[in-house]
Order: sequence, then C-alpha cells, then structure tokens
Amino acid sequence: MQHVSPVREPLVTGGKTYHDVTQDVCRQVEAAPNIRWMAALSVALLLLGVFFYSVYRTLWYGIGEWGLNKTIGWAWDITNFVWWVGIGHAGTLISAVLLLFRQKWRTSINRAAEAMTIFAVICAAMFPVLHMGRPWLAYWVFPLQNTFGSLWVNFNSPLLWDVFAISTYFTVSLVFWYTGLVPDFATIRDRAKGPIAKVAYSMLSMGWKGSAKHWSRYETVSLILAGVSTPLVLSVHTIVSMDFATSVVPGWHTTIFPPYFVAGAIFSGFAMVLTLMLITRVVFKLEDYITIEHIALMNKIMMITGSIVGVAYITEFFIAWYSQVEYESYAFINRATGPYWWAYAAMMTCNVITPQLVWFRRVRYSIPLTFILSIIVNIGMWFERFVIIVTSLHRDYLPSSWAMFSPTIIDIGIYVGTIGLFFTLFLLFAKFFPVINMAEVKAVLKYTVDNGPTYTGHDPHHAPQPVTTHGVPASAPVNYDKHD
Amino acid sequence: MTKRFALGIFDDEDVLLHAVENVREAGVKIYEVFTPFPIHGIDDAMGIERSRLPIAAFFFGLTGLAFALWLQIYTLGFDWPMIIGGKPHIALPAFIPVAFELTVLFCCHGMVITFYAISKLYPRWKTPVLDVRSTDDKFVMAIEVNENTDMNKLTQILRENGASEVNQKEMSKF
Repeated sequence: MQHVSPVREPLVTGGKTYHDVTQDVCRQVEAAPNIRWMAALSVALLLLGVFFYSVYRTLWYGIGEWGLNKTIGWAWDITNFVWWVGIGHAGTLISAVLLLFRQKWRTSINRAAEAMTIFAVICAAMFPVLHMGRPWLAYWVFPLQNTFGSLWVNFNSPLLWDVFAISTYFTVSLVFWYTGLVPDFATIRDRAKGPIAKVAYSMLSMGWKGSAKHWSRYETVSLILAGVSTPLVLSVHTIVSMDFATSVVPGWHTTIFPPYFVAGAIFSGFAMVLTLMLITRVVFKLEDYITIEHIALMNKIMMITGSIVGVAYITEFFIAWYSQVEYESYAFINRATGPYWWAYAAMMTCNVITPQLVWFRRVRYSIPLTFILSIIVNIGMWFERFVIIVTSLHRDYLPSSWAMFSPTIIDIGIYVGTIGLFFTLFLLFAKFFPVINMAEVKAVLKYTVDNGPTYTGHDPHHAPQPVTTHGVPASAPVNYDKHD
Repeated sequence: MTKRFALGIFDDEDVLLHAVENVREAGVKIYEVFTPFPIHGIDDAMGIERSRLPIAAFFFGLTGLAFALWLQIYTLGFDWPMIIGGKPHIALPAFIPVAFELTVLFCCHGMVITFYAISKLYPRWKTPVLDVRSTDDKFVMAIEVNENTDMNKLTQILRENGASEVNQKEMSKF
C-alpha cells in the first residue's frame, strides 16, 4: 500500500474520483472534434502538404534542390535530424528514468511525452533517409548481403551505429508506449457506444480485462522496459554525437560530445514537452492533471540540463585554446566571430542565458513565461546543431574550399513540413487516444490524501476520499523535492 | 462451455485487498480479480507467483548480444575481411554500440512478445467482460459458481468484506 504523507501536495488537484479521471480523459476521445482542434489540424495538414511537395521535389530533381555544396555536405538536413531526435529524448526520460526514480508526478505527462518521442523520431528519420538521395534503397543500410558483390555493411562506422540505435530506439519506444496504452484502450472500449468505436478499441486493447495476473505482468514488463530504455536513450544520443566526434573535423573531434549531446537532447526535449503540455492542458481542460507543479518541475529539469549545456559550451571553448591545436582554436574563434557569428550568438543567448531565468520562482510558476521560454529554448537548440554542423564544416583545413551555406526554399519546406508532420500525428493522437495514462493516474490518486484511505472493513460504501482541494496557488511552497 | 460467476463489486482498492485475503481464508476460491489499475500487494493476497518475465528478458538480451557479436565478427572478420581505416578486421571496441543496441532490441521485443503471448492478448473483434465498470472505477472479484454453490452464504461473505454489490453473470467462452 502507498505511504500516505500529510505534507505532500496532491499530484492531481480538484478532488477527483476514479470515475472523474475516466470521464475527464475519455471526454475528448468520445466527443465530436471541437473547432479549435479542427483549426489546428488544418494548419498542420497544410504544413504536411508543404512537406510532401518538398519531398517530391527532392526525389524528382535530386539533392541538388537543397542548398548543400561540396564543402558543407551536411547542413539543414542533419541539423534537423539531430534536433528532432533530441526532442524525442524527453519522452523516454519521463517514462523510463522518472519511473526508475519513482517520481510519481510523471504519470499524468508520460503518455503524451512518449507520443512526442515517437513522432519526433519519425520526423528525424525523414532527414537521413532523404539525404540518401535514393530512399528506395534505404534497406542497404541493414546488414544484408547484397547481390553486387558479397559486401557487408561497415560496422566500424558511427553512421551504421546510428541506424541500429535509431531503429532500436524507435521500435522499443513504440512498444513501451503501446503496452501502456492497452489498459486505457480497454477503458474506452468498455465505454464505447458506436459499433465502429467498439470494434476499433477492442482491436487496440488486445482483449485486456485488467485481471490481477495481467497487471502483475504488466508492471514487471514496464519496469524492465524502463530499466532497459534508460541506457538506451543515453546510448542513442551518444551515438548521434559520435557521428561527429569520431571524425577529424575541427570542432567535431571532441570527447565531450556524448554527455553534452545527451544533456542538450533532454534540454530541448523538455522544452518541447512544455510547449505541448501547456497547449494540451488548456485545449482538453486537463489543468487538474497537468498542474502548475508539473510545469515548475519540468522547468527545473530544463534549467539543470540547460546549465550543463552552458558549461559544455564554455568547456569546449576552453579546450580549444588549451589544446594549442591551431585548427581547433580557429574553428571556435570562427564560430564566435566568423561569418556565422549570429548563429553562435543566438545559440548562446537562447541556451545559456534563458534557462537561468528559471531560477526565479515567478518565472518557473508563470505559464505565459514558461511557454515563451520553451519556444526560445527550442530555437536555441536548433541553432546549436546548426552551429556545430555548418560552421565547423564551412571552414576547415583547406582555405581554397571554404564556402558559405544558404538554404533553399526546399530546405525550408522540408523542415517546416516535418513540423506539420509532427503536429498532424500529435493532434490525431490527442483526439483518438487517451492523452493521459488513466490507469497510472488512478493508481496515484490517493497518494496525498491527508485524511487517510483507512480500511473501513464493513463499510460497503467506502468510496475513495476526495483528495484535498488545494488549488496550489502560485505562492505555494515548492513541493515534490521535499523528501520527508 | 458456459461458466457462471458470482461477482463481488468493490469501490475501493484497499477494501478489495483485505476482502481478497479474507475470502480466500474463508475457503472460497477466487477465479480472478479485475481492477482498473495495478494494486500493490494483490499478488501476495491472491497468491500469484512472481512473474518470470525478467528471466526471459535476460535470456532474450543474451541472445541479442550473441547474435550481434557473431554477425559483426563473422561478416567483417571472416566472410569478407576489409581493411577499414587501418584497423584490425575484428575491431571489438567498434562493435560495442551495435552489440548494445541489438541486446536491447532482442530483450525488449522478446519480453513484450512473450508477455502478450502468455497473457493471451491479441486483437479481437469484441471483448466480453464480466462488468464494464472494472476498467473504470470498480474492483470486481469473480468467483466461479455452479448449481451446488450456496449463493446466500457467498453473498454474505462478500458483503461482510465490503462488496457494494454482488451480482451473477453467465459467460460462454471466457
């Protein structure tokens, strides 16, 4: 049984009963789509159209449609790839790492965050696949003996490690997410009225009935998946960073890259989770589940990881000088003062200064400020990848091949298009799937009942006591970090 | 074959937990308990053995690791050796990332597939349930009964242990 603390603030506010949780979460699944959702979906579909048009141009006319050149062979595509993969990492962090650390506040945000992971990885995968130029031959990256000579893939290459890392990450996240969804699909199935909904959710719920034995196995599976996903998520961005770190390009050849990239990934991911949650909680009226405390906690994680990223930037700069390698020093001086100084300045402002504002309580507990900060961080993290990739490549060892990069309209189209793809998927998820893990929220509902869920034995009408209804004012003391 | 069940409906998980213990002590065999969320301690109360899925997961992971090492050593070391960047054919440190990823891949998918298979969870057209509220806010204790069962006594036991309702339901194919 749960340890019940009289001093903890409730994880879910508003004195919800189990049935209220079901009602609140199923409401948007069962109701007709509202106008705001339709409007948002229209915009997302429009951007998706831009994506398809840009992809069509890329496939029909080739990579020449992009702004790449011989010097800058990786530009927006890989920038966007790393950006999207990084965003995905927060979902796994919330669902796996916070599960292992028994952070129960994760229950109301993990579902949507995991969905974000999956959709972000889908968007990320578009870029390397399109960059291949002939995506219909994408299966060549797998270790299949080909028919043009018995060559195998090169297992020494970090790009191949990436193939294994991203595909493992994607499929494992998908399975983790889906297994968590099964009991909630069963809830929707048992409430469904229409024949189509009945069949659809029966299919999706895989015949889940919630028997004690199944729950026992379900918990075991969740725990093992969390335990395995934790090193997995760290390995994925480590390997992404090795795409750069194992090369000999000045500015890339750095041992600090793996931890620095992982911290950056979590930083940008939490920013995106905040952006999405702040919208979701308002649109679907879930303010009692995704409370101001959740937002403050996520802000803190953003602040910590943002500070790690800031330290990494400074360390990199220091090492470039300390190593006394001429090329390395030049790469960093050029980043800050060269033709791309503005990208560097944007990165520094957005990623180093912005998260420090979160030290202020008033910022941490302010919804509009958090929203703005989360957007700024995402912009900053995009610039970070741009700085690492484009400014390192544009001037390396041979001054005769120095060049500049400018994106074409197709580059922009594909990038903006993946945002459309992401939001299309997210909006469809938010409408047809339960955005909050009902089963897990119900399990933590009594977490903070201060009058105690005492066993009443013979009282057949002992209903779960409503949770105390403090509406958590902005001036409330900081809560979850108090270990009592 | 049609089965008959007596259903004790409970409103609270703590009440259910004690009821499970008491009902079993009274010598009644519980067919199954259906709950909207996992309840800690119910495994012990129900006498459910600890799942061996972690052991399965470990061996799936081991299989993945062995496969990954075999694949990399065989292809680059023996089947078509190539000199890449002046490194040895079997460059073990460079094989670690793929070995790790395949370990995770095999472990997770092996375990999850096993979980769905042993729990007989697969997509179906319709899912008969004993009480639709058991996925919402009620905790349902199902006891298989036949014509010899003393329903009055059973009802009394369930009521005494906090059941808010006691129902009966017949199910074919359950």
